[in-house]
Amino acid sequence: MKKSFSIMLSLVLLLMLALTGCGGGNGEKKAAGGNTEGKVMRVNNSSEPGSLHPAKLQGTHESWPLRHLFVGLTMKEPKGDNGEFEVVGAMAEKWDSSEDKKTYTFHLRNGLKWSNGDPLTAEDFEFAWKYALNPNTASDYAYQLYYIQGAEEYNSSKEKDPAKLKALEDKVAVKAKDEKTLEVRLVNPTPYFLELVSFYTYYPVNKKVQEQNKDWANDAKTFVSNGPFKLTEWKHKEGLKMVKNENYFQKDRIKLAGIDWAMVEDENTAWQMYRSGQLDLSYPLPGDVVGQLKGQNAPDFKIVPEYATYFYRFNTQKKPFTNVKVRKALAMAIERKTITENITQGGQKPAFALVAEGSEDTNGEDFRKVGGDYFKEDIAEAKKLLAEGLKEEGMDKMPKFNIMYNNLDLHKRIAEAIQEMWRNNLGIEVGLENVEFQVKIDREHKLDYDVSRAGWIADFIDPMTFMDMFTSVSTQNDTGWKSKSYDAEINKAKQSSDVKVRMEAIHKAEDIIMKDMPIMPIYFYTKAYTLKENITGVFTPPDEYPELKYAEIK
Amino acid sequence: MLRYTLQRLGWALLTLWVVVTLTFFLMHMIPGNPFAKEGKMPPGVYENLMNYYHLNEPLYVQYGLYVKSLLSLDFGPSLKSSTITVNDYITEGFPVSLHLGLQALVIGVTLGIIFGVIAALYHNRFPDHVSMILAIIGISVPNFILATVLIHYVSVEWGLLPAATWGTWKHTILPSLALAAMPMAFIARLLRSSMLEVLGQDYIKTAKAKGLARNVVIIKHTLRNAILPVVTVLGIIAANLVTGSFVIEHIFGIPGMGEMFVKGIFNRDYPVILGSTIFYSAILIFLIFLVDVMYTWIDPRIKVTGGSK
Repeated sequence: MKKSFSIMLSLVLLLMLALTGCGGGNGEKKAAGGNTEGKVMRVNNSSEPGSLHPAKLQGTHESWPLRHLFVGLTMKEPKGDNGEFEVVGAMAEKWDSSEDKKTYTFHLRNGLKWSNGDPLTAEDFEFAWKYALNPNTASDYAYQLYYIQGAEEYNSSKEKDPAKLKALEDKVAVKAKDEKTLEVRLVNPTPYFLELVSFYTYYPVNKKVQEQNKDWANDAKTFVSNGPFKLTEWKHKEGLKMVKNENYFQKDRIKLAGIDWAMVEDENTAWQMYRSGQLDLSYPLPGDVVGQLKGQNAPDFKIVPEYATYFYRFNTQKKPFTNVKVRKALAMAIERKTITENITQGGQKPAFALVAEGSEDTNGEDFRKVGGDYFKEDIAEAKKLLAEGLKEEGMDKMPKFNIMYNNLDLHKRIAEAIQEMWRNNLGIEVGLENVEFQVKIDREHKLDYDVSRAGWIADFIDPMTFMDMFTSVSTQNDTGWKSKSYDAEINKAKQSSDVKVRMEAIHKAEDIIMKDMPIMPIYFYTKAYTLKENITGVFTPPDEYPELKYAEIK
Repeated sequence: MLRYTLQRLGWALLTLWVVVTLTFFLMHMIPGNPFAKEGKMPPGVYENLMNYYHLNEPLYVQYGLYVKSLLSLDFGPSLKSSTITVNDYITEGFPVSLHLGLQALVIGVTLGIIFGVIAALYHNRFPDHVSMILAIIGISVPNFILATVLIHYVSVEWGLLPAATWGTWKHTILPSLALAAMPMAFIARLLRSSMLEVLGQDYIKTAKAKGLARNVVIIKHTLRNAILPVVTVLGIIAANLVTGSFVIEHIFGIPGMGEMFVKGIFNRDYPVILGSTIFYSAILIFLIFLVDVMYTWIDPRIKVTGGSK
């Protein structure tokens, strides 16, 4: 009896011992102070990139690593600690623009090289942009190139005849005049064009490499790029490794030996990996962690502004949201401070307008400051407006309606808070509808909702990125609201080469949309992340993920 | 035996075909779209994407194209990745999931058998109570909670093992443990009651009376008879491991097939959804077949053809 029991027990204990991995020491266990093995930074990309070819990206899971592999005609240079930046020349040394601001001529630097040693010329830019616009490439972000004359016609053409298609391609107004000169003609004067060409769809592609092997971007062995790092390893769904590119035009500014990218989807796990020392930077952070870290004033915790607005859409085609007084009343009857201080807890700012803080107006001040707040929270006034609005619609009380949001904990908590606020302040019954992300988008497009949660993180730092969403032809509108005068002001802004006239038109447009309130702004985002204290040089532009190229590990 | 196998193969193919067809049409019926996003999607860009993946053709044409490519074992491209095809997903993801699943199965079965035997032998005494409490915890606590607790303590607090991802044998320990908890608990309880039943049988008394060594009595006579219900349940356990793996792979960032399946659904990545469904169905069909064959090996009284004794 004793013998077999002890045999069983020792078997179990042996198994346990083996399982707890009593091997030798391992470097990964050092939880404090971060990475100690050389100067490679480790971050988490959250997901496998769908492609690392500049023409084929779909979102931030591609763009974050891509921005470290490539560089465009211009790039963003950090200025100060809060994510401010200026646009400086990268591949382009200098540029001229015409009087009407529609023609740009970029002059490339001397001696530019690809990571494989090939010389980099203006042709690589022309080739890359036309490839992205080719309808057969089916590029998600081709529309970012539509600022160029002939681009939209080429990309949306259904032409099957290769000769006719080539003719359309030739009409796209980008031309390499010689090896170092690139000329671009735009549809409209676009003041943020210089910032735009630092964007991924405008990166160059090595023409020679692509013509020899169209799948060069699928494998680290054949991958050729021109940025601060080059790709050395890509284990699909597991991780990416990149090392410093000795052919980068400013290689002496790059202090890191390389960057390792994990692909862990779950942000809680990524957070745990950061805590256990497997990662050096954690972004995005799980919602409840943000409040915790902020309260503790943790030294590795950073909050920077983000050029983004969180808002609710109203279905202006459905009663009673057809009435502007009803919409205004709902917007005025919530307490935004309660939401930003108790739920999101990341130092977000309550929003009383559409365009977030972070863009510059013509007088040097923030656009938001110049535009000001468009309304105030006022419960008494809201009650009055609601009653008037309902009467105008021929209703004697507010019908029950639903707030639709997609499946994230944060959205649920905000919706619950707003539901409660509307009940207490206006005495109305509101339901909550949580749907899958795809279903939400589908229903928004079909105008099959009452009130729907939304957010917009800017593509580039200019108010137009917000305003453009709500024109009558925008596929992102999804509110059923349209206004001729709004469209007119937006078009005026797009076509004007005078910055003052342009900004005025944008302000006028914001006046119009905020007077009608088809959307209800709630707060302006912030970006919260943690970074091991021994790492400096990371900077975070308000419309991007953290930029790691100048990072240094002490 | 050969005829039996061929028959089963025939049924398997028919089942798979039904699965493909049903999934294909159901998938296209749910709302949502692989290219939907909150950002800009101008009609021209959208058209280009739809054309590139033949999503503009009528459904029956797409179905025909798909079945044709299936016959050459080509599961198609992923709508979300230009670098990996569905075949790549399967050939790269399946070995990982298999490794994780097998490791969890081995741990679960071994520990389950050990605990089940101990519990039966020390019926109603201390070891029995301990084993059964562990079993209840294993069955009731969802594996993702167990996973999070393991990561928090073993990795973050004590720094013994990496928190997540896949790479060395150390990375495989926590996920296997989290996944093995349920099978282990289930098997322990099942084996315990089964052993107790067998221990009461006459032939066990006979074996003891013959003076056989205790180990021989336990393993050769008791365990061998008691294990039949466990074998039955192995099919369910395997299925459980497969579905449990979706969550565990997600939490630990493991590049296996479970994660691919879940993401594919979220993204409305049609070829990935179809490919995963077919693959999983094939595996389950195969496992059930294996279980049926194992029966005959363990208990000679059972014949696959269902003939009389």
